[in-house]
Amino acid sequence: MRYLPKSPADRAAMLEAIGIRSVDELFSPIPAEYRLARDLAVPRQMAESEIVDWFKQRGKENGEGYTSFLGAGAYFHYRPVVIDALVQRGEFLTSYTPYQAEFAQGTLQAIFEFQTMISELTGMDLANASMYDGSTGAAEAVMMAVRITGRDSAVIARNVHPEYREVINTYATHQEIPLKTVSFTDSGQINLKDLEKAVGDDTACVLIQSPNFFGTIEDVEAIADIAHKRGALLIVSIAEAVSLGIVEPPRSADIVAMEAQSFGVPLGFGGPYCGVLATKEKFVRQMPGRLAGQTVDKNGKRGFVLTLATREQHIRREKATSNICTNQALVALMVNIFMTVYGKVGLRELAKQNLAKTAYAADQFSKHAQVLFAGAPRFNEFVVRTSEDPYAINSRLLGHKIVGGLPLKKFYPELGHAALWCCTELTTRSMIDTAVGLVAESERSVRSMKDAEPEEVAR
Amino acid sequence: MTTKHMTRKATRHISQNEGLIFEKSSPGKAAWKLPPLDVPEVDTAKLLGRQEREDLGDMPEVSEIEIIRHFTRLSTWNYAIDLGMYPLGSCTMKYNPRVNEFVARVEGLANGHPYQAEKISQGALRIMQTLSDCLLEITGMDAITLQPAAGAHGELTGLLMVRAYHESKGNARKKILIPDSAHGTNPATAATVGYAVENLKSNDRGMVDVAALAAQMNEDVAALMVTNPNTLGVFEQEIHKIADLMHDKGGLLYMDGANMNALVAKTRPGDFGVDVMHLNLHKTFSTPHGGGGPGSGPVAVKKILAPFLPTPVVITKPDGTLGFEYNRPQSVGRVRAFYGNFGMFIRALAYIFANGPDGLRQTTEDAVLNANYIRKGLESVYDLPYSTPSMHEVVFSDKVQSKKGVKTMDLAKRLIDYGFHPYTTAFPLIVAGALMIEPTESEPKEELDLFIEAMKSIAEEVEEDPQFVLDAPHNTRISRLDETAAARKPVLRWKP
Repeated sequence: MRYLPKSPADRAAMLEAIGIRSVDELFSPIPAEYRLARDLAVPRQMAESEIVDWFKQRGKENGEGYTSFLGAGAYFHYRPVVIDALVQRGEFLTSYTPYQAEFAQGTLQAIFEFQTMISELTGMDLANASMYDGSTGAAEAVMMAVRITGRDSAVIARNVHPEYREVINTYATHQEIPLKTVSFTDSGQINLKDLEKAVGDDTACVLIQSPNFFGTIEDVEAIADIAHKRGALLIVSIAEAVSLGIVEPPRSADIVAMEAQSFGVPLGFGGPYCGVLATKEKFVRQMPGRLAGQTVDKNGKRGFVLTLATREQHIRREKATSNICTNQALVALMVNIFMTVYGKVGLRELAKQNLAKTAYAADQFSKHAQVLFAGAPRFNEFVVRTSEDPYAINSRLLGHKIVGGLPLKKFYPELGHAALWCCTELTTRSMIDTAVGLVAESERSVRSMKDAEPEEVAR
Repeated sequence: MTTKHMTRKATRHISQNEGLIFEKSSPGKAAWKLPPLDVPEVDTAKLLGRQEREDLGDMPEVSEIEIIRHFTRLSTWNYAIDLGMYPLGSCTMKYNPRVNEFVARVEGLANGHPYQAEKISQGALRIMQTLSDCLLEITGMDAITLQPAAGAHGELTGLLMVRAYHESKGNARKKILIPDSAHGTNPATAATVGYAVENLKSNDRGMVDVAALAAQMNEDVAALMVTNPNTLGVFEQEIHKIADLMHDKGGLLYMDGANMNALVAKTRPGDFGVDVMHLNLHKTFSTPHGGGGPGSGPVAVKKILAPFLPTPVVITKPDGTLGFEYNRPQSVGRVRAFYGNFGMFIRALAYIFANGPDGLRQTTEDAVLNANYIRKGLESVYDLPYSTPSMHEVVFSDKVQSKKGVKTMDLAKRLIDYGFHPYTTAFPLIVAGALMIEPTESEPKEELDLFIEAMKSIAEEVEEDPQFVLDAPHNTRISRLDETAAARKPVLRWKP
């Protein structure tokens, strides 16, 4: 076995040193009747070349060569090549959680820089070292708000990512946190009147997403006013991190629960991604997850350590702020490098390109189909309603190697034949024009079918 | 340092200084270039109105070479498996094969969107199904979810299913029994799922006290969470009795699979009575720890718990293709968006392929052999609080050295000077001043000998000059850091 660094002679010498004849003796604590006396029925040992071939084949069966208009919490942005060059350095890739600070300053300083940039971009005072993803981060933010306020219920906008809401629901059930859902208006934004009614004296937090699931930007200030007036906290979930380059961050939020996948993390069929929580300084001791902090060594030299560990499970056990241990460190490093590459100016320019592509695409689609929620500003997603079922349109698009927008029927049946489309800086004009052309064709054929109907009846 | 205690493994080396990235920033530097826009420019003020962001604050402005040097320099300040043995107990710091990284970056897999049609997702689905099949065979369980993002998340998922199971019987029950040797995530998870935690004392051999369990087990107990081998590296020899005791009173047996590296291909939890367990793909199945994550924590269950698995699950459809099944009325719901840390599934499966049944068995045997070799090499020098046979890890205590005022953490810091990452300190809690050592199978005999030599040398130093050990590390870029100050006045971000 090529990963095992021992010769038969090494093993024999070690057994002798231990004073046993066979390695089987070391397994004698396992009761004989439970010892496996056969080979596991798993595939035989494969050569590296075979492994590579097998996975390349799977890649070919997995949408390789398709261009896509999917977003909905997972975004296809360009990944500068320095990201993979750097995260594959063994000292990052194959190191553990930096508990032994003297031997892990690289990881710790990188986390400190990550926390700084996330704070800066979200408009919060501080950020943690990462959470599993945007959905679990949002659920942890709700539990954090419950701890801070001592109240026990939460109000969640219906235009928050439906799978995030499902996860929050799973977590909340056993924390006995009742959840109220608030609907959205014709602009796709949260219904402020309904929100006003939903928030009460028992509300620990209001959770919204901005840009929301439909790509529409929420009026965070107005929502914050409603929440704060009743003593509730405002949690803002951000699924599309690139929006922070050009959209005003939710400075009036109390907690930002972010998915940073857009910052240099591959789509990877849904993970691993990078959740992050950011908050106000006064709430830091209720925040879950690891935190790197600056300090000095015995000689006064600057260094970094994991800090405020009394919040965490390895110290507090059942009284911890969360059960989280392993986080998404290496993915956070990808995010960190991405933010460093684009920086203060590049992130804005990148976001601007996303905005321009989307504005163009939405404009083109609106000539042939209905673009919903046009009354509010949007970032890089928009909802198109067609006459034909988007599933049918999408299967024709697949024939052109195009993956169309996400049909919304499953999550929002009331929107009818609607689909959520996304454009990023990687979406080309010709791709948009082709997709629009095919949607236009679908609209025309539905119309001509409708026109033909009375005739058929007459006949 | 006297020449006598010079280490053979490591020597001094130039280490580059490097400030924070923000300290290198200056306006006009850039590491990015966007292609020309192929659609009309937009008036951002018109599109966004007062939602437009004008300024990104103190984000850095640096060039590409500075970024490469910055992160490369930082990386050299870390220890890593690639540099040598990383004997953290219960963390299973084994070799992370490079082919895993390579195949995880295959285009269709790395760029696959979680919502693309099933028709063009057959590759990803097949990976999920093949991995699931392998893990079920390895654990001897009946059904599995790959959705949990890490071990603790797997625990949460497992206990949610335990709860749903009991609720389906009409009574969710009130508490979870947890041995005092357990990892901190176990009680933290139980609390998250709304269960009270009841501590279970270990016996004098470091195992679950079966008599105590019999006394504590009743119809209020939903499950026992047991780690096997436990955090002492000891196999719970009466595991089948433990399972019977639980089952007789309608309770379930949860196994924390953190230490599965001691069991793969030698015994199967499903065979010895476990009802639900999680695996850590970032431990047993070689996916990289990456400085703290990502992990992946699949949860395998017996048939009785299968209806409660999170949605969706992978199924084979009537036409023979694979798909996701969402309609599962008894499911505990989702624990994460999409399907889990898919990139880790690829890596874990590549590891299983590289090993095959014979390689997996040899791996386990070598892991246990290595731990016992270290035990033999050090038992004359360090106190061994439990003489029960060790599996994949061994736990010593600082009882001898603490007489000179030197504690496990001090020994650990001195080990850094010898070119090794420290073992796990001060855990498990049932051993005062624990030194928890897990070498894994990835260490050649030579590296183990160097480690034993280093640990013996440190023990001698404690006798000769305890202060020298207390002041360690001596050879790192920075000396011991003031953690108290860091926690008292937290500085969690850079400010200009």
